[in-house]
Amino acid sequence: MKILVCISHVPDTTSKINFTENDTKFDTNGVQFVINPNDEFGLTRAMWFKEKQGASVDVVNVGGPETEPTLRKALAIGADTAIRVNTPATDGFAVAKQLAEVVKNGGYDLVIAGRESIDYNGGMVPGMLAAMIDANFVTNCIGLEIDGNSANAVREIDGGKETVSTSLPLVIGGQKGLVEESDLRIPNMRGIMMARKKPLSVVEPAAASDETSVQSFEKPAPKGAVKLVDAENIDELINLLHNEAKVI
Amino acid sequence: MSILVYTETEKGKFKKAAYEAVSYAKAIADKMGSTVTAVAVNSENPEELGTYGASKVLNVVNDSLNTFNAKPYASVVSSAAQNENAQVVVISSSADSRYLAPLLAVSLEAGYVSNVVEVPSSTSPFVVKRTAFTNKAFANTEITTATKLIGLSSNAFGLVESSTSCEVVEFNPEVPSSGITVESVDKATDKVTIADADIVVSGGRGLKGPENWGLVEDLAEVLGAATACSKPVSDLGWRSHSEHVGQTGKPVASNLYIAIGISGAIQHLAGINSSKVKVVINTDPEAPFFKAADYGIVGDAFEVVPVLTEKLKAFKAQNA
Repeated sequence: MKILVCISHVPDTTSKINFTENDTKFDTNGVQFVINPNDEFGLTRAMWFKEKQGASVDVVNVGGPETEPTLRKALAIGADTAIRVNTPATDGFAVAKQLAEVVKNGGYDLVIAGRESIDYNGGMVPGMLAAMIDANFVTNCIGLEIDGNSANAVREIDGGKETVSTSLPLVIGGQKGLVEESDLRIPNMRGIMMARKKPLSVVEPAAASDETSVQSFEKPAPKGAVKLVDAENIDELINLLHNEAKVI
Repeated sequence: MSILVYTETEKGKFKKAAYEAVSYAKAIADKMGSTVTAVAVNSENPEELGTYGASKVLNVVNDSLNTFNAKPYASVVSSAAQNENAQVVVISSSADSRYLAPLLAVSLEAGYVSNVVEVPSSTSPFVVKRTAFTNKAFANTEITTATKLIGLSSNAFGLVESSTSCEVVEFNPEVPSSGITVESVDKATDKVTIADADIVVSGGRGLKGPENWGLVEDLAEVLGAATACSKPVSDLGWRSHSEHVGQTGKPVASNLYIAIGISGAIQHLAGINSSKVKVVINTDPEAPFFKAADYGIVGDAFEVVPVLTEKLKAFKAQNA
């Protein structure tokens, strides 16, 4: 089984978010970039398929050279090879189009992406990719088993979960639950050393045009100070929620 | 030419998010001098959508669509959009709508923007405001394709009544087979879900152990609220993943969010930032949550919450 894991290069979850150039660009100054958490759960599940079922695991990112350390980290975790499509990721549709080319050229059976990236949160790339390559698609995936050409997956739904059966080729939008937080791997020194020697190929983008473009960013309006209510005066809280906030 | 909205049902009844999506579509239609057409699958009461501004409902009745399946559902909405020559297609942010949206976008060659929080600021160029960086910012985004697909953030627009005479038309497009077979659905039917809830009561590590969750559940019951938890609580296995809210868990956009024993890590706050009113109960006055909350009580949850629950019970009885 050939697995492709899509890796988004995103600001660490603790990052402060600021913008530059008249609020049109994300300010990367002082920001630590990481593998998108939803993708990391998928990568870790892919490592399980590699170790238990002999799958090969490649990772791919659509982005500029600045994303290569993130791909190297994925290699250090255990992926075999990495591919970088050399174009900035500006629009979900265009990214899906680039990934579709990679999947077609590489003949992958299973593509695991995160259900969404934690920067743009579009939640659209895996589904668009599946539609473009005519593969089956399960998103918000919290459980995945593969047996030959068949797959069983669990999808988180509003208020519960559903179990589905499907077949390869398959695209997964993964998230926590695909593996547990405690299963995530911190690359060890050997992994990091080996990752330096693993192939990271840079491919030029296919023709694709954006369907959306960000005109400007805004930060939420600053919030007023919290109103503290004395722990001995719960009636006051109920009064405020009823008469001031009008939420009960 | 119209604005098409997909209105989701649960066991034949429209979800609140469906009414909100119609209300939002009506606001766009008014701005563009157009009308709203809804597409509904196996709905018991399609004419109800007139209350929120739909002039027409394409009513799909088809037993093969009793269980949600993304590909056939996306195809139904796509056929409806083509049938109506829709310029703008609106969907909600439920798990199922988000699942079908990217398939729909490819099929309609529509530029898709999700997590939209306002009516387009301009319709030519077509610019919508969406959340980005997990609610830490907004992005004003232009959609450049002829057909536009908008995913409306839940509870961002609200329900707006706009009584419109509504025509219900049978609509039976061809439905493609899906490569996905739903084997089983495991859903607590007696509980309010985080996605649908007006009020969410959430517990953190400050509650010291799963055996103390009665505090959260009792308060939630009085308020008719959904229960949720912080990331450490789900990582420790005290509560199921499905309750984890925050950056890597579920987003919350309720009217009222009550956090008990949650310190307020930046990832947690990002996930619940879209909630309108936030209340925090925590022993530590330095907890970051107090900076993000509207109302706060510095105190021991084990003392404060039972009193709050009792007093709310009395309040509800009085105001019932």
